[in-house]
Amino acid sequence: MVQPDIQSILEQYPQPKRENLIPILQAVQECCGYLSQESMIQIGNRLKLPVSKVYGVATFYNQFRFQPRGKVHCQVCRGTACHVKGSAKVLEALKQTLKIEPGQTTRDGMFSLEVVACIGACGLAPVVAINGEFHAGVTPDSIRKIIKSYAKKGGDNGGVE
Amino acid sequence: MITIHVNNRPVEAHPGETVLDALKRAGVKVPTLCHIPGLSPTGACRLCVVEVEGMNGLVPSCAFPVSDGMKVQTHSARAVRARKTIVELLLASHPDDCLYCSRNNQCQLQDLAAELGVRERRYAGERTHHDLDVSDPALIRDPDKCILCGKCVRFCEEIQGVAAIDFIHRGSRTMVTTAFNQGLNVSSCINCGQCITVCPTGALREQSHIKEVTDALRDPDRFVVIQHAPSVSVTLAEEFGMKPGRDVCGALTAALRRLGFDRVFDTAFAADLTIMEEAAELVHRIRNGGRLPMMTSCSPGWIKFVEQFYQDFLPNLSTCKSPQQMLGAVIKSYFAQKEGIEPSRIFSVTVMPCTAKKFEASRPEMSLDGLPTVDAVLTTRELARMIRLRGLDLANLEPESADTPLGERSTAGKLFGVSGGVMEAALRTAHYMLTGQELPELKLQKLRGLKSVKQARVEIAGQEYGVAAVSGLANAAALLDEIRAGRQDLHFIEVMTCPGGCIAGGGQPIGTNLDAVRARMKVLYQIDRDEPIRTSHGNPGIQRLYAEFLGEPLSERSHHLLHTHYTVRDVVP
Ligand code: SF4
Ligand code: SF4
Ligand code: SF4
Ligand code: FES
Repeated sequence: MVQPDIQSILEQYPQPKRENLIPILQAVQECCGYLSQESMIQIGNRLKLPVSKVYGVATFYNQFRFQPRGKVHCQVCRGTACHVKGSAKVLEALKQTLKIEPGQTTRDGMFSLEVVACIGACGLAPVVAINGEFHAGVTPDSIRKIIKSYAKKGGDNGGVE
Repeated sequence: MITIHVNNRPVEAHPGETVLDALKRAGVKVPTLCHIPGLSPTGACRLCVVEVEGMNGLVPSCAFPVSDGMKVQTHSARAVRARKTIVELLLASHPDDCLYCSRNNQCQLQDLAAELGVRERRYAGERTHHDLDVSDPALIRDPDKCILCGKCVRFCEEIQGVAAIDFIHRGSRTMVTTAFNQGLNVSSCINCGQCITVCPTGALREQSHIKEVTDALRDPDRFVVIQHAPSVSVTLAEEFGMKPGRDVCGALTAALRRLGFDRVFDTAFAADLTIMEEAAELVHRIRNGGRLPMMTSCSPGWIKFVEQFYQDFLPNLSTCKSPQQMLGAVIKSYFAQKEGIEPSRIFSVTVMPCTAKKFEASRPEMSLDGLPTVDAVLTTRELARMIRLRGLDLANLEPESADTPLGERSTAGKLFGVSGGVMEAALRTAHYMLTGQELPELKLQKLRGLKSVKQARVEIAGQEYGVAAVSGLANAAALLDEIRAGRQDLHFIEVMTCPGGCIAGGGQPIGTNLDAVRARMKVLYQIDRDEPIRTSHGNPGIQRLYAEFLGEPLSERSHHLLHTHYTVRDVVP
């Protein structure tokens, strides 16, 4: 089954050209939030590329995710300012608390983690954006508490994108 | 011809060839890891680096063209040090597992470490552990032993046209795996095993059936029979250090008896049987307007390929089972009856040049009254392991002949081991079936040799037929595309999955190269030249089987036992 939105993206590339692969992957992620296996199979069919190649290229770049986002999507900024102020430790704390790696989603579909390039809030470093809401000056301890509060609320104040 | 200077000696070189090719011809050995003769170089491993006067850095000889007057140093201190460092870096993240490894003593990484005098672990790399992939009935992947040379990836894509595997991620997380990093069993892999034979390390190997076979041999209640494929007797000797191109059929039979098998059969007998059925099917299709071109069905990798990628050609495939499966079925019916043995007591083993045969044997439609007809499939390599384990000296065993019935063969059946051979055998018998006379010249030169696509026009009873023999599935795919696009001059096509045919199968000795394949081919042609029974219909064992049991080709019983059907197969494309 071809999902209609993916279909409309693919239709913009009538000629199966390999150089279209990355733009198509980006567009599909933009519209679906992640690259599903089904979508990569469709892309492969359209571009006449084996799916192993599509998947190989997609995993080469950090920008693609292969699981849908969780109800609570955490973006850790890895800009220079955040890095200097200790974002690596914050990320480590998040990985341990959620037991997932960046790009992954917890089994219950609640939390997902992403590392993003500078989100332009350097004055607030280190920053974690949760469902688009900025949390400033976080520390490993404070981020654990923040996550706990989201877990309690069941994520229902966060919109699913 | 131009001249280059290698280690201060003049060497003749062809303009346009690579430095590596010139070195090889001159007998200068430079190690390679990622190079595949005949495929474009990737320069991935850089092990083949040499010094070229006037160039700043070291250059990879596999990718660097010769030029007149070029001065090359292959073993300067700098080149050797660079190679050693490359190997040491590869070892940094490699499991020290040689003693337990399927490729112990047959591993290029191990050889290089020894050759370059690596005596300590100089770099301690981060090790990411990946689980073994044992999902597939034919192959096991052990990504921890992969050194990312990319040979399997290129072979799978460029020669086989499958592309089941590729690199994923990057940096220290890079690995070679299937689409979505899933098990090989749900991928588009056709089990050909060519990736095993090109892999320099133990990262890929066959699913071994040695334990099942030894258990059966020890079980006093089991009647254990074995058949060996036409190409095995001309490759097995290489596993024991003998030169390629030696036929050890008699010693092989003797070894199998010493290993404890109750009967030793020749799959070439069943190849003759396949020819009877297949030629009859071809004649039937020609006379009754059936789907043409008919395509051979004895290579299980090819069958899976069509089931996955060219489903519109399924009706073109001959319905004949492969020789392995035909003999399996005959063993558990005719032979069991004749000998008065319960089919469920029989344990039926095969020795094959092929890993895909393991998959084929496991296909549910191959079973008979709920029993598998082939219980275990050994590759040539596995059989060699069993012979060594038993301490048998293959070179000095008195030759013995196979058991009857099911052991006699014609040379036509033996030709199944080589690309073009099935076609040659089939045409001999089809001609006889259509005209009642033998082909005036049994040898069909146009279908012989190492070319990957061989085509001929043959005249039978005043009618001309187009035939082709193709090996390597990328070539087969190209031919199918031509037919889709309207090509109409072909009536019969033979396809073998592995380049050159079974003599170069994925279960054959590690280190198979073009020279070895050529020598194996030659000895099969010699057998065909020198022996008296050269047609499948002329095999007295086959005549007896039809007279006593099957009736005639395409009879009801033949259909039940010897023919099969194919399914549309859904895999990750
Ligand atoms: S792949 Fe080679 S080096 Fe690695 S453990 Fe096996 S034999 Fe040893
Ligand atoms: S067995 Fe053949 S099809 Fe499967 S991965 Fe290896 S080369 Fe590719
Ligand atoms: S599996 Fe073997 S052939 Fe494939 S990349 Fe790894 S080392 Fe090379
Ligand atoms: S063999 Fe030349 S770069 Fe690998």
